[in-house]
Amino acid sequence: MADAANQIPDRIPINLVVNGVRHTLDLVPWTTLLDALRDHLELTGTKKGCDHGQCGACTVLIDGRRVNSCLTLAVMKDGAEITTIEGLAKDLTLHPLQQAFIDHDAFQCGYCTPGQICSAAGLLAEGRARDADEIRELMSGNLCRCGAYPNIVAAIQQAMGRP
Amino acid sequence: MNNFQYSRATDVADAIRLLAADPGAKLIAGGTNLIDLMKENVERPSRLIDISRLPLRDIEETADGGLRIGALVPNSDLAYHPLVEQRYPLLAAAILAGASAQLRNMASVGGNLMQRTRCAYFYDTATPCNKREPGSGCSAIDGLNRNHAILGTSASCIATNPSDMSVALVALGALVHIAGPSGQRTIALTDFHRLPEDKPHVDTNLGTGEIIAAVELPKHGFARNYSYLKIRDRLSYAFALVSVAAALELDGNAISEARLALGGVAHKPWRSLEAEAALRGRAATSDHFSRAADLLLHGATARAHNRFKIELARRAIARTLIQAASATPQSQAHKKIA
Ligand SMILES: Cc1cc2nc3c(=O)[nH]c(=O)nc-3n(C[C@H](O)[C@H](O)[C@H](O)COP(=O)(O)OP(=O)(O)OC[C@H]3O[C@@H](n4cnc5c(N)ncnc54)[C@H](O)[C@@H]3O)c2cc1C
Ligand code: SF4
Ligand code: FES
Ligand code: FES
Repeated sequence: MADAANQIPDRIPINLVVNGVRHTLDLVPWTTLLDALRDHLELTGTKKGCDHGQCGACTVLIDGRRVNSCLTLAVMKDGAEITTIEGLAKDLTLHPLQQAFIDHDAFQCGYCTPGQICSAAGLLAEGRARDADEIRELMSGNLCRCGAYPNIVAAIQQAMGRP
Repeated sequence: MNNFQYSRATDVADAIRLLAADPGAKLIAGGTNLIDLMKENVERPSRLIDISRLPLRDIEETADGGLRIGALVPNSDLAYHPLVEQRYPLLAAAILAGASAQLRNMASVGGNLMQRTRCAYFYDTATPCNKREPGSGCSAIDGLNRNHAILGTSASCIATNPSDMSVALVALGALVHIAGPSGQRTIALTDFHRLPEDKPHVDTNLGTGEIIAAVELPKHGFARNYSYLKIRDRLSYAFALVSVAAALELDGNAISEARLALGGVAHKPWRSLEAEAALRGRAATSDHFSRAADLLLHGATARAHNRFKIELARRAIARTLIQAASATPQSQAHKKIA
């Protein structure tokens, strides 16, 4: 675009604590959090599906809340604590959701899985889902083109401690 | 996305100052609508003014028993706030019917009121669209218009307002508090969104350089007899084809107060005082509900692909009123329509 493109804005220095590690980045303001994670911090576990908030593949936790990183500008999150799929396991122990996804075969190609698991971690923290219908509704922001939905719901139920 | 400058507003006055200083600037709150439209090159702001850290995040009771909701309260926090769950469950239901859990965590109240249409031509910069480019024409009128408006349309635009939250807020009689270069003002939410007329590029009556500070709910929350029914192409995470917010006050089986608003059918949440008046003082029966539906849909017109919406709306209104009258509101998780 001719209008604003002529002025090149300065890079903006920001701090992000990602999976417990503090990073300082110099970013142009139009860098999304998703691109900052994947292209600047080489944390490619977080996936880009639609880049428009329509699939949930890019779901991460910001200060404990699940969000779509593709619709978040990194500069707006200066100082925030981000948790991605790479940050869920503690040492060599999988997060209960990661283990539950394996136990229930809750994926096929695996592309949606990091987003599904981060979203489910947000869901558990929110504590609003009590039954399978509520899990399905509150996980509707995560599409799975392989159609692993029944097993995803079963995995989340296991992690919630409900049979 | 185009290149742009970025400023973080330090307070509301600073945001207003920054807006005045750069006519191409836009406010950004949750970013869920604006960043999407910037990626499509539909919005090309010269500067983003980040208001997400301003202290507009409180939900407080007002002196007369209502609720004042800061413009930056996230949609999810509003829906799950104990006072909203108890006193304004219609609002909670409408919010939870919209978008996804992640998006609701990000989306702000002010941004939700300001979200733009989902008309596919508005999003497609290769096609004419009066809303995106005034005077270029409307591709939807003779194009694919299955999702488009049936009420309040004009020869320039037949787009709908996509917000669920606004439909409930309009039914509840909400006010919008606005701050701007010349001070503060308050308007009814029914007067906030516009009809397209010959200026579809103007969605709302928010003036240049103004910012939404808060939304206020009056005391009466219709916590017993209400329902929000959203009809869409899939069960969740989809915009409404038609949605209905209904709120009643019953004295036995007699309706003493009624509120009714529609989403997905017009350029603004659609409310009709005639339809509500026709319910007041009447028995809560399906005859009276059908009559109200007819009045609410008075003047509805269809284009090539959206004729089904008129009958769909008629049935949805009657059904939502039955749900409200019987105090069995539509569940947003268990999808069966009772
Ligand atoms: C995939 C998807 C599905 C969705 N489904 C639904 C749905 O089913 N139902 C529904 O209702 N919504 C839905 N949404 C839309 C969502 O609700 C909106 O994007 C959101 O509410 C916008 O809020 P925001 O804070 O992110 O706004 P932003 O994107 O930050 O801003 C949007 C606009 O509002 C302006 N603005 C923001 N705050 C203020 C303020 N305080 N004063 C003045 N102007 C302001 C901005 O300048 C901008 O023009 C969906 C969105 C996506 C991406
Ligand atoms: S309906 Fe409105 S938004 Fe859609 S193409 Fe026509 S003018 Fe544009
Ligand atoms: S990549 Fe963010 S929602 Fe699809
Ligand atoms: S496992 Fe392939 S998209 Fe979900």
